[in-house]
Amino acid sequence: MEFKPAKFCPGCGYPIALMLLAKAIEKAGLSKKAVIGLDIGCALLAWDHLPINTFQTHHGRVTSTMLGFKRAKPDSFCVAVTGDGGAYAIGLQNLLHAAKRDEPVFVLVINNTVYGMTGGQSAPTTLKNQKTDTHPEGNLDEPFFGPELLKNLVAAGAFLARTAVNEPKQMQEFFERAIAAQKAGHFSLLEILSFCPTNWRTRGAETIAYLESLKQAFKTGEV
Amino acid sequence: MISNNRQFVTGAEAAVQGALDAGAEMMYGYPITPATEVFTIWIKKGQKYLQTEDEIAAGFGVCGAVIAGQKAFTCSAGPGHILMQDAISMAEGMRLPFVAVIGQRGGPSSGTVIYSQQEVILSCFGGNGEGHRLVYSPSNLDELYRLTALAFHEAWQYKFPAIVLTDGYLLKTKGILDETKAEPAKAHPLINEETFRHWRNIYNFEEELRDEVLKMENDFAAAAKEAARAEEVQTDDVEILLVAHGIVGAAAKEAVDILRGQGIKVGLFRPITLRPLAKEKLDKAAAKAKKIIVIESSLGQLARLVRDQLAPEISTPFDYLQKPAVGIEVEEIVNFVYGI
Ligand SMILES: Cc1ncc(C[n+]2csc(CCOP(=O)(O)OP(=O)(O)O)c2C)c(N)n1
Ligand code: SF4
Ligand SMILES: [Mg+2]
Repeated sequence: MEFKPAKFCPGCGYPIALMLLAKAIEKAGLSKKAVIGLDIGCALLAWDHLPINTFQTHHGRVTSTMLGFKRAKPDSFCVAVTGDGGAYAIGLQNLLHAAKRDEPVFVLVINNTVYGMTGGQSAPTTLKNQKTDTHPEGNLDEPFFGPELLKNLVAAGAFLARTAVNEPKQMQEFFERAIAAQKAGHFSLLEILSFCPTNWRTRGAETIAYLESLKQAFKTGEV
Repeated sequence: MISNNRQFVTGAEAAVQGALDAGAEMMYGYPITPATEVFTIWIKKGQKYLQTEDEIAAGFGVCGAVIAGQKAFTCSAGPGHILMQDAISMAEGMRLPFVAVIGQRGGPSSGTVIYSQQEVILSCFGGNGEGHRLVYSPSNLDELYRLTALAFHEAWQYKFPAIVLTDGYLLKTKGILDETKAEPAKAHPLINEETFRHWRNIYNFEEELRDEVLKMENDFAAAAKEAARAEEVQTDDVEILLVAHGIVGAAAKEAVDILRGQGIKVGLFRPITLRPLAKEKLDKAAAKAKKIIVIESSLGQLARLVRDQLAPEISTPFDYLQKPAVGIEVEEIVNFVYGI
């Protein structure tokens, strides 16, 4: 499997998650059937990264676009890759209803707790007191727990989970679960806690330590 | 070829029949007067559909479906049409064969639901691009049927979003639909399993996007040769040229008959497509006339398109009959022409 050079910042979590996603897709024999839609956010940088059909959409709109594709081509494997802002702020309404209707698409949310692409403003996932460009004195409210919120909405058979980019084994397992859910005709959402050293203003070990600290607030595992 | 004999239908039924005869397979929608019936009639006919949570989801559902090669469409109006422009803008940028039937509402805001020609600029230029859309303006039931079918054909042929721009009056009108015989449109997946397509709508360099937009403009101009349509009535010896579209265009056509009966050399240029506009025909008729009167249920949205497209050397003076958000009767047009 060939990957074109990624355009992500050095140390970014996105390419790690995407590489494992592509491997899981290949392992499932779905490389040709898979279609990846990208939300606008740092996800858009993956437009020519993977040996899989890929296209960019609009910010917040990838879930709606991919369910349109999936309904038109039910034998495809549809992945909507989005940031936490795209999923839980501007695209939340569409995400909730896609989940409620049990649309058989796989929503992959990269949670870096900020708006990465636009330079580090607060996201719905920003922790209380976390400093961002839009909350220089610290964010005022508690973060948003996407998979937990959806839990009340989804049908039996849907798959909801959270993991982190430094947990390759769990990521791999959850990708397989998401693929299985879609094969069985169900919605799935996997949130991956991911490095954004650029906007966290961290380096090396600090970045990993920060990601680890996020796991206190955002519990990993199946939801 | 599908051929039905004369039927007594509403405009909404005519539009649905046009979509069906063009081979439409799927509809995404969110209810809003006066477009709702297009959606509910489609559903009652047992067709595939999804009622979404808003017009944004409906629009992007159509985008995803057409990328997969399905002839999908939607309908909306006024405030819903505004939300839908998010998806139409993506469709324009990625050259997606997006089809929408729009029932104009009087605006701004939620306004009214019967007469209006106030979504002309929104349909033609409602994005952060250059207005590369096909916008059809039917004047009667028969045209509503034919242009809805044509919208599918031309959206898929030229890969521009296509809007059938109508109103509550025409959608609710009941009348005879003459024999319907639209052919199914040809569609194909824009992404397939054999070629890995990597497809963007965001560009790294300004120059890349400039080149892309200029290519679109070229393609749009090439499409216009066939796709720009207008009806001309009595323009050979025209002295007073009326310009009107949609149901106002139908009233203007009747007014021409009455005024001609009284020896006044009136003619009509009725754009059937607002984008692209049939520029050459317009120039020819306008150059002959001593006066151009643009008539519309808006404060000059059509007038803006016409003045913008008219060849700069044509100096025929303009006059306007503009009634935002209300209908325009034949007699008003006749009296207006008498008045000048
Ligand atoms: C409709 C719209 N509003 C705003 C933007 C600007 N914008 C681009 S990316 C982005 C935020 C991205 O944050 P997130 O979804 O968390 O993705 P990340 O970049 O962090 O991966 C915003 C606000 C846009 N492209 N479109
Ligand atoms: S800004 Fe953050 S999320 Fe975006 S590419 Fe850079 S490191 Fe990755
Ligand atoms: Mg983010």
